[in-house]
This record gives sequence, structure tokens and C-alpha cells, in this order.
Amino acid sequence: MTESLNVTVDRRDGVAVIYTEGYINNQGGEEIARVAYKLLDEGYKLLLLNLAGTKIVNSIGISILIEIIEKMIEIEGKLGFCCLTPTIDKTFHIMGLAQYAPIFENEGLAVAGLRG
Amino acid sequence: MSSDAVLREVTLALPMAPEMEIEASKTAGAVAASMRMSPDRIDEVRQAVIEAFINALEHSRAEDREVFLTFEILGEKDPEKLRITVRDHGVGFTPTEVREPRIEDKISGTNRRGWGLKIIRGLMDEVEIRSGVGGTIVVMSKLR
Repeated sequence: MTESLNVTVDRRDGVAVIYTEGYINNQGGEEIARVAYKLLDEGYKLLLLNLAGTKIVNSIGISILIEIIEKMIEIEGKLGFCCLTPTIDKTFHIMGLAQYAPIFENEGLAVAGLRG
Repeated sequence: MSSDAVLREVTLALPMAPEMEIEASKTAGAVAASMRMSPDRIDEVRQAVIEAFINALEHSRAEDREVFLTFEILGEKDPEKLRITVRDHGVGFTPTEVREPRIEDKISGTNRRGWGLKIIRGLMDEVEIRSGVGGTIVVMSKLR
């Protein structure tokens, strides 16, 4: 019955796109953080979290995403989100996440937006 | 104006175990779908139930390690409102003493948690919390 999270990465011209598939709870959040920090070690400063494959999150998982946002601010990088379900989008806005990590409608806009 | 007559009721008792919040949210989704709530509103209900369940799991310190949920479809003739009650037999808390989380504080602080009630209030139309020595009851409603 475990709702696992699969994470895959696409590295392209300075932007690393992290794709999630499944539930972002504490384990899911930790897995995203592990992947994100590895990308930072590789030198990526622009990360995009594409949540098209995630329909459910919980606040414990999101709190780990906040930790990643904090790390990105620290290294003067950027983390963006795209392809959120309306409910996840609403949840992120309730929490105020968009103030620190831009939310984009689709991946193309997100990659362009992060590259600025 | 919606009527508070109960047209249909589903009850559930779940152990406080990892990912039981998913089971609770699935039931919430099925009940909401049965009253023809829109898919986006169903997802909001499911998210709120996940947060309420996790709050009970993490904070209640209930000795019976169970969460009790009631899903009630309310209306005069047709379904108008979904009322969900999430109850635990834990130690309780004082809702007025819970500080509203702010992203500014969370980004720079060490405690990034504590979002559950804020999310529930943001997603549901009405939320009432009763808590004391016998445990905590969260009653949350959403119009169809």
C-alpha cells in the first residue's frame, strides 16, 4: 500500500528539472532533497521541480521543500515549481511559498523564467 | 443557505500508522464524489483530511493510537455540504495558543513545520476545533 515517490532528473544547459511521480510526504520530501543537494554539488544553481506526476502532498513533505528553498537562497540560486494541480497550487499559495520560489504553469515558461 | 440534515453518513476508525492519511483521504474523496462535488473541490477536501489526520498522528499522543473520522453529507433534499469530523482521544491543545505560521519565519528558522491548521482553514469553507482533556475534534465543512 506504500505510496512511493519516484524522482527523475533532466539536466539541460544550467537548469536541472526534477520530475516527481507520487506522494510527497516526509520520505518523498527527503528523496527530493537528496536529489536537489546532489545537483547543487554538481554545480546547478537553477532547479525546477516539475510536479505533474504528483497529485498529493502533505505539509511535512512541503516543509522539506522549504528547506531546499532556504538552501537555494543561501547559494543565490533559484528553485521554481511547475505543473501543479490546482489544489497543490492553492496549498503553496496559502503557505506563501510563491514569495520565495516562483510557480509556473508549464515547464517551458518555468525554464525560461528561471534563466531570466 | 444549506440545511444541516444528514442525508448520508460514513464513519471510519483508522490506526495511527504511516500513510493511513491516504486511506482517510481516499474515503473523503469517494464521499465527496458521491455528492457530485467538482474534482478540484474534492482534491481540496482530500488535502484537508490528510492534514487533519497528520495533526492527530503527530500531536495527539493518544494512547489508543486511533483516529476516528465521520463524513456527513448534509442537505435538505439534495447534497449541499460535506461535513467531516476528525477526532482523537489524545491530550488536546489550546487552539488559541497555536501561532499562525509565516513563511518568512519558516525560511529563516529551524522549525519549518506547523502548517496543518493553516492549510485546512485555507482549503475548507468552515473549520471548528474543539480540544481538551478528552482529545481533539476538528469539524470542517465544504459546500458542494
